[in-house]
Amino acid sequence: MHEYPITQRIIEIAAEHAAKNNASEVKVINLVVGDYSGYVASSIELYFEIIAEGSACEKAKLNIERVVPKLKCSSCGELFVRKPFSFDCPYCKGEGGPTEIGQEFYIKSIEI
Amino acid sequence: MTENKEIEVMQSVYDKNDEVAAQINSSLTESGIYAFNVMGAPGAGKTTSLINIIKRLKDVTSYVIEGDIEADFDTKTLQSLGVKAIQINTGGACHLDSPLIGNAVEELSIKDGVLFIENIGNLVCPAEFMIGEHAKMLISTVTEGSDKPYKYPLAFEKADIIILNKCDLIPYIDFDEDFFMKGVRALNKTAPVVKVSGKTGEGFDQVVSWIMEKVSL
Repeated sequence: MHEYPITQRIIEIAAEHAAKNNASEVKVINLVVGDYSGYVASSIELYFEIIAEGSACEKAKLNIERVVPKLKCSSCGELFVRKPFSFDCPYCKGEGGPTEIGQEFYIKSIEI
Repeated sequence: MTENKEIEVMQSVYDKNDEVAAQINSSLTESGIYAFNVMGAPGAGKTTSLINIIKRLKDVTSYVIEGDIEADFDTKTLQSLGVKAIQINTGGACHLDSPLIGNAVEELSIKDGVLFIENIGNLVCPAEFMIGEHAKMLISTVTEGSDKPYKYPLAFEKADIIILNKCDLIPYIDFDEDFFMKGVRALNKTAPVVKVSGKTGEGFDQVVSWIMEKVSL
């Protein structure tokens, strides 16, 4: 259930930026969540409405952009999506290593 | 209808946690403490490994912060061996986070030594949260199946050392070491993988050498 404190933080950050721009209401929060970030987009959506009640984000729409994790091949340098139980590059069968792609978890922007 | 105004934010949701973690890390460094975040699935042998390590750490004082959802069995065991250990019960949270550790470190009030923070038994979440540590220690086992690096890549990627426990049981199980190592090395080119047995004590001298090297830097 650790989507709860993290959703609180999302609302805090959005409300801070709204206040800085003299807005009392956040209309949209654009969030980027990688599939390897450990957070499930639908769980954040589920808790969002409940936690946002009474805050500047009460009526905000949550836009979640998911990022599919990509590995980088250590032989040919190509980025690829891995198959289960393998890290092999589909182009050259070389070994793929982790990248930051898929580990994102940040607020890109808000709309007021 | 007025159009919405878009404001760029580009802020990580982990920002607060990471800020607190960085503060804890500086404060520990200043106090001469080297901290390890000890992670692993429930029952992998985190506490048993710590006991084996601490017994072999001469000339260095060891401290432990124990994280569990409930109960304090592990803390009592460590205390009975003369180790200064304190318990954190999260009551449900599946990982330790930096504010919790910050409070515990203050309570311990320690200088000059090694701090082991035993995280909640969980192969998923602890890898995502910085808690002020200098290095991450992953306790993996031959009994969890050789596919764990493929199923839980983040834990293996972030580890600074991987301790492969329960090796005394290898004759009785099907553990494909090549498949396991292939997965580990794809994710993590540098972490040493040390085969140990919490039951026999085998392999822990090597772990302790690695720790002493890290601590003396």
